[in-house]
Amino acid sequence: MRREIPLFITFIIGIALVVALFIPREPFPELDAEFSRWFDIIAVFAFVLGGGNLLQVHVDRITRRHPDKWFSVVTLVGFLATLVIGLGKIGGDPGLKGNYIAEGTWFKVIYDAVFTPLTATMFSLLAFFVASASYRAFRAKTREATILLVAAFIILVGRTPLGYYLTFWLPDPLQFLHIPNLSAWILSGPNLAGQRAIMIGIALGIIATSLKLILGIERGYLGGEK
Amino acid sequence: MGKSKTGFLDRLMRIDRRVIFILIALAVAIPMALNLVFVVRPSPIVEAIFDKVESLPPGSKVLISFDYGPSTVPENQPMADAMTRHCLIKGHKVYLMAVWATGEAQANVTIDRVIRGEFPDRENGVDWIHLGYKAGNQGLINAIFNDIKGMFTTDVTGRDINTFPIMASVNGLRDFDLILSAASGKPGLKEWVQFAGDRGNIPVAGGVTAVEAPLLYPYYPRQLLGLMGGLQGAAEYEAAIVRAYPKYRETSMVAVRSMGPQTIAHLVIIFFVVVGNVAFFIQRSREKKARVG
Repeated sequence: MRREIPLFITFIIGIALVVALFIPREPFPELDAEFSRWFDIIAVFAFVLGGGNLLQVHVDRITRRHPDKWFSVVTLVGFLATLVIGLGKIGGDPGLKGNYIAEGTWFKVIYDAVFTPLTATMFSLLAFFVASASYRAFRAKTREATILLVAAFIILVGRTPLGYYLTFWLPDPLQFLHIPNLSAWILSGPNLAGQRAIMIGIALGIIATSLKLILGIERGYLGGEK
Repeated sequence: MGKSKTGFLDRLMRIDRRVIFILIALAVAIPMALNLVFVVRPSPIVEAIFDKVESLPPGSKVLISFDYGPSTVPENQPMADAMTRHCLIKGHKVYLMAVWATGEAQANVTIDRVIRGEFPDRENGVDWIHLGYKAGNQGLINAIFNDIKGMFTTDVTGRDINTFPIMASVNGLRDFDLILSAASGKPGLKEWVQFAGDRGNIPVAGGVTAVEAPLLYPYYPRQLLGLMGGLQGAAEYEAAIVRAYPKYRETSMVAVRSMGPQTIAHLVIIFFVVVGNVAFFIQRSREKKARVG
């Protein structure tokens, strides 16, 4: 029964959601909305699972005296401090419905003074690595690499005002060579074709996997047999 | 002489990454210090969003979703600010929400900077509302499609949603005249198209980071009526606002001003790619000549 009941629930909900998409008549839209609400409630528990997993991994590292244990200490202190401050709404209105990130709350201070600069710094570093990687990787060694290089060059210039300044003087018959126009053509032509092919492939894969889940062929999500 | 030339070519092909890092840092810092500003012109794909917001009658209901975090603020925040500003200029009702946990705080930034900063006469609960964040990703969009008050029982401050006049005529996503999203990943603009726009025939538009923009092109223009790609897209929207409403020039130039450093940084990257390739071709032609000789 431990396997049959989850398989039955998956089958019923899966079929109901598919049917709701094609038959917009009651009770299917209501079922769709109800199942979505359940999904959202279950999704909240993912945070609990994620937090538990984080604690487990880092406590294990510290107790085993892993060489990177001090990083784990920082992670755990940061996690627990943020959790307690956020749940307690310290500095803000108490109660379950209070705004945890309102002006004046400690959580807001952590968000603005720690979280924002840290994530912004990590993302900003990408600019340096992208520049270094582009210099090393973009070599016209083959015909395909040359096409990629030319496309990258046009997009890089076309996505800045520079593209306009470089080719605005072109006469009307040559407007297709205007760099912003070339950049737009690459994005809405070759890029679009490639993206569509990838999306159709992904969609077919999702349909196949969903059918296997609904019909109970794919049972990996139920966990291992015991 | 030959050896020294080969050595020079080798050095050009193996420039120390620290040199590149320093030049990129300078390429960003110097234009910022000099306040280098280029003229930005709206492209048709961005103009389409502007025209849609412009064409809606005053009082139209516009949902703006903040689907990003602090890491992509330089690209996403100017988009979100510009869209909110434009909606308020036109007198639309603005509903802010987030499908990203970090989006709630970013919406607060827009509220402080744009709504309270530039439109202090607009009343919370009457002209705008901040619904906050709920978990569920695209499942949330699916859940609020028919019943938004079932998921958002309160606004972000914890007040009962039914006490706000702005919510009186809103039950589901079909009640909105336009859905806008500033997004940097999943769930984001694509999920708004798939789970709301397509399903309910609701106009959807918005902006995403530059790296994500190519992924959205398959939806434009039939399912996605317009798209802002990265900082350039945000700058183009700001330029469109300034062109139509010069009064907002001072506050609507954040992305336009940031385009100076980005343009110079792109130039530095192009310079290094060209240098690397020129050195590569010279070296390859020499090796070919040496083999023939």
